[in-house]
Amino acid sequence: MHTIDQVARKPDEVEKDNAPVVAVEDVHKSFGSQKVLNGINLAVRRGETLAVLGRSGTGKSVLLRLVIGLEKTDSGLVRIQGQDITGLALDQLGEIRKKMGFLFQHAALYDSLTVEQNVAFPLRHHRKDMSKSEQRDRVHELLSEVGMESGFAKMPSDISGGMQKRVGLARALALEPDILLLDEPTAGLDPISSAEIDDLVLKLQEEHHMASIVVTHDLHSAKTIADRLALLNEGAVVIEGSFEELQESDIEFVKEFLRHS
Amino acid sequence: MTDANSTALEDLRSPSPGNRALSPFSALNSSKRLISEFLEWFGDLGIFFWQVVRAAVTPPFEFGELFRQLDEIGSKSLPLVALAGAATGVVLSLEARYSLTRFGAKSLLPAAIVFSVIHETGPIITGLVVSGRVGAGIGAELASMKVTEQIDAIEASAVNPYRLLAVPRILACILMLPLLTLAADFCGLLMGWVTQAMVEPVSLHQFINAGFNGADFNDFLPPTFKTAVFGLIIGLIACFQGMRTQGGAAGVGRAATSSVVLSSLFVILADVVLVKLIIIFFP
Repeated sequence: MHTIDQVARKPDEVEKDNAPVVAVEDVHKSFGSQKVLNGINLAVRRGETLAVLGRSGTGKSVLLRLVIGLEKTDSGLVRIQGQDITGLALDQLGEIRKKMGFLFQHAALYDSLTVEQNVAFPLRHHRKDMSKSEQRDRVHELLSEVGMESGFAKMPSDISGGMQKRVGLARALALEPDILLLDEPTAGLDPISSAEIDDLVLKLQEEHHMASIVVTHDLHSAKTIADRLALLNEGAVVIEGSFEELQESDIEFVKEFLRHS
Repeated sequence: MTDANSTALEDLRSPSPGNRALSPFSALNSSKRLISEFLEWFGDLGIFFWQVVRAAVTPPFEFGELFRQLDEIGSKSLPLVALAGAATGVVLSLEARYSLTRFGAKSLLPAAIVFSVIHETGPIITGLVVSGRVGAGIGAELASMKVTEQIDAIEASAVNPYRLLAVPRILACILMLPLLTLAADFCGLLMGWVTQAMVEPVSLHQFINAGFNGADFNDFLPPTFKTAVFGLIIGLIACFQGMRTQGGAAGVGRAATSSVVLSSLFVILADVVLVKLIIIFFP
């Protein structure tokens, strides 16, 4: 059934909106003799958040790195807005990456740059149309959006892990991406900071309406921020669906994972 | 046959890890593995070099980073290079005086010092000093960025890390090595003269006249500009070792060490080839 909004628009526009922004198709990946991903299929649409769960070492972070092209697939396709990125050269990948924001597990802030310079980094390289003062205003706006009102001149080593995640998130949002990839956004944080980051991701999702993939081992966080959850085991998706669907599953691994989470 | 003897025989038939190293087959296997690893390393270096060249010739160009690296690699290496050049001049002067006096050729002393310094010792000392200081610095800096995912973050921000990190460092090495060599040559010659003057009074004018008598640009320019190749080697190997590092703090240490060892080794090997080429093309 079409919504009123969909009826008002042309069918090809509706189809375009429903097409997956990120599609991972039968992806295999090994490191030496170790098989990490074994035929993964996933799709995320605009405005949707998919949480990828699983035990440590099941290839969750590798999946995210494949989506942004930091790793190459052994076989299979990774489509970003319909374009297969698996065979692209570095500069061609760069054009695709401008549409993506990536929050690394340990934030990966540039340790020789201040907080402000870290967030300004993508703008400095890709928004040459903006003046220095416009870039600075945009950086302050982004930092304020992630809840940082001061300490812009501090070095990354002088701020807490939670703050580093916030700065990393602000940097990921700098180019107004269509796709947000979050690698363990709450890992290593205390429960209050974790909840704050979860709320922040939810808020950003509501405001920016991006397609998001969140890799996490934190079931509570996944339940809070994601529309769908995908559980990985031994390089394959065991189950994909809502949290309720996972709860109702008869698969032994799913039951065990939920029991221990 | 006693039990001990039979055990020893079995050990020889099926070598244990302890005596495996002694077996000619395992030595052969180790050599094969080493050669294969070296070829793999060399192939990866070739691919890295190609990526760097592609990044260097396509815009945008990172001029700001290039100027920062020119300062980091050039200006900050100057005191060390000047000191090494000066020390070389003193040693050369003392050694040459002793040897030439023994063979009755003391009058050739200024020429021996000048030619030794500008032909070989100035360039090679500069190459080795810079490979030690800059090679270790670049290797450790990039390796640290690699293990903390900062290089991945650069790439994820749609910025080409070869263009931002490798190209400015390699270009700065290529541009600064000849200039640093000039500094080393100058300090070497100056201290060579000072050492001579302390033993036997001779003016700088006389020393220079005698030293450069019969010398032309072919004696000076090719040996100085060959250090641009040393710069390419140092920058390329240090960036390569740094950007492919794996394994935390230990990996950073290994990258710094291997950058220095490999770049020094290849600078010496390149010098052998370049000296021969200079003799052929600039007789």
